[in-house]
Amino acid sequence: MKYESQSVAMLYFIAAIGLFVGQILFGVILGLQYVMGDFLFPEIPFNVARMVHTNLLIVWLLFGFMGAAYYLVPEESERELFSPMLAKIMFWIFLAAGALTILGYLLVPYATLAEITMNDLLPTMGREFLEQPTITKIGIVIVALAFVFNIGMTILTGRKTVISLVLLTGLVGLAVFFLFSFYVPDNLVLDKYFWWFVVHLWVEGVWELIMASLLAYVLIKVTGVDREVIEKWLYIIIAMALISGILGTGHHFFWIGTPGYWLWIGSIFSALEPIPFFMMTLFAFNVVNKRRRDHPNKAATLWALGTAVMAFLGAGVWGFLHTLAPVNFYTHGTQITAAHGHMAFYGAYVMVVLTIISYSMPIMRGQKAGNATAQIVEMWSFWLMTVSMVFITLFLTGAGILQVYLQRYSDTPMGFMATQEKLELFYWMREGAGVIFLIGLILYVTSFFVKGKEVVLLEDRVEAGA
Amino acid sequence: MNAAIINENTESSPDEPRLLPGDFAIWFFIFAELLVFGIAFLSYAVVRVQNVEMFNQYQLTLNRELGAANTLLLITASYFVVRAIHAIRLDDVKSCIKWLYASLGCGAGFLLLKSLEYYDKFSEGITLSTNTFYMFYLSLTMFHFLHVILGMIILFAVAIKAQRGGYSARDHIGIETGASYWHMVDLVWIILFPLVYIIR
Repeated sequence: MKYESQSVAMLYFIAAIGLFVGQILFGVILGLQYVMGDFLFPEIPFNVARMVHTNLLIVWLLFGFMGAAYYLVPEESERELFSPMLAKIMFWIFLAAGALTILGYLLVPYATLAEITMNDLLPTMGREFLEQPTITKIGIVIVALAFVFNIGMTILTGRKTVISLVLLTGLVGLAVFFLFSFYVPDNLVLDKYFWWFVVHLWVEGVWELIMASLLAYVLIKVTGVDREVIEKWLYIIIAMALISGILGTGHHFFWIGTPGYWLWIGSIFSALEPIPFFMMTLFAFNVVNKRRRDHPNKAATLWALGTAVMAFLGAGVWGFLHTLAPVNFYTHGTQITAAHGHMAFYGAYVMVVLTIISYSMPIMRGQKAGNATAQIVEMWSFWLMTVSMVFITLFLTGAGILQVYLQRYSDTPMGFMATQEKLELFYWMREGAGVIFLIGLILYVTSFFVKGKEVVLLEDRVEAGA
Repeated sequence: MNAAIINENTESSPDEPRLLPGDFAIWFFIFAELLVFGIAFLSYAVVRVQNVEMFNQYQLTLNRELGAANTLLLITASYFVVRAIHAIRLDDVKSCIKWLYASLGCGAGFLLLKSLEYYDKFSEGITLSTNTFYMFYLSLTMFHFLHVILGMIILFAVAIKAQRGGYSARDHIGIETGASYWHMVDLVWIILFPLVYIIR
């Protein structure tokens, strides 16, 4: 670790992993509720479990992004963090706000939560993924602004690199687009329309910038390939991400009551959204193949390559599957969407955060890389989580295809719940894959505590001997 | 197609023959952009086949004279960019800068004429929702309009670097990169103009 203040990231990463475990526990509960509807009812109803599952994901990814920025930016800017104290204060505020919100979801009915948080003064609750009480949303804005200020001041007063500037652009975009969560028009069409300004422009817009810059940073570190080469790729990737992603928002406007031209704009531009992800895969593999040195942290390299592949599959391929309007006419809001959502979030954002944690955690704990045994355990967890996520996606895709046929395509369409019953086998298999994912995650957490021999590369041994 | 090629390409001397002018990375971008426009043109063609009469009827409302003038402006801008590259190859930085600004002038002319055309259409109350023909006309030309702006930003950045003495006969890969992108913008218009304004 070159700069003392980088260690702030550790707090954020620990919280991220903790919340990740919570998210997956609720995922397993939810998966079971798909086939045993009254499991844990009335303590944890399905809608509450779903809210906790998705909200925890968003919150822990935000913790991960913030931690990543606090780790990466001082090193890129070649100076200490503008204010490590501010970063620590914001951490505790964000953690407290996040924990209280989740407890609120679990302990009181949603309507009561709205009442006690005075949602009526500025009503923003009740929208999917943006269920947080208004007061929590205000907290998020304060934390995000303080965070962007802290990171921005560090970057602007230090060395400016393409990586840190792309990251900063992504983070500013993240903060700005979140502001749309405060705008809740009465008109239901407009409401959905602007809701996507947060949801889509985050995950298919500015988050891609954050992802690309984090990936580029780790790849420079583990491969030693010229910064100039990596930066060039980064420019092209982000340009493509924005060209396809911004107008690609249109693929959410097909059936919500917006004008018909969105069918065309949405189909054409979103069909191109796989391109930046494909470029990221090419980029990652080429850079690793052209590496100038072997880094002892094999696990981090594995995560980096895994991110590129899984993001392309989950976000790119599975997104493309149902993005064209004539296809989406039948598939929107089915398990096909759930399949895409799972693999895209895991492949692009979960994995990129785990990549930077994998790279930086050992360094913050005073080693260049985790010990040999810890790395083996970590790589096992990589394969368990990744392969089980592939199966979750495949089972949900199977469920989705059957659902589309039975409910929307056949000559004698069935009702929603009658169709759901027919999908039971797929849901059971998905739950099985989910349990394997949880085991993988437990292994992942264990890998931080495993003791073993330090990894010494041949070249280091030669250098030490000489 | 790999990082090594990008690397080698940037570092290769201008005397060596290269497969593509400019920085190799820009070609990823150019091909991706051409793919976007290609899909859009194909969609236009398919929908036109299904609505030939309607497309023919509303095509007549477009201002072909302005379109033709704009085509001339873009081709001229491309010619000026070529002159800029010739100039820098002779180490004539001054002329190079002059030609770059001349092409920027043509680009600005294009934007002005196009804005007049849009003003005309918008004052008639035409929007994306008027009909499928106008939907294609407006979205295709506006998307191209944005590319002209991006092309001009790139050329402007190149011109500024040239003014600061950043290019020479030996090292002018940046100008070639900007020029390649600009030619793409030009090429797209040369297909778009007949496709939307003329072909019946």
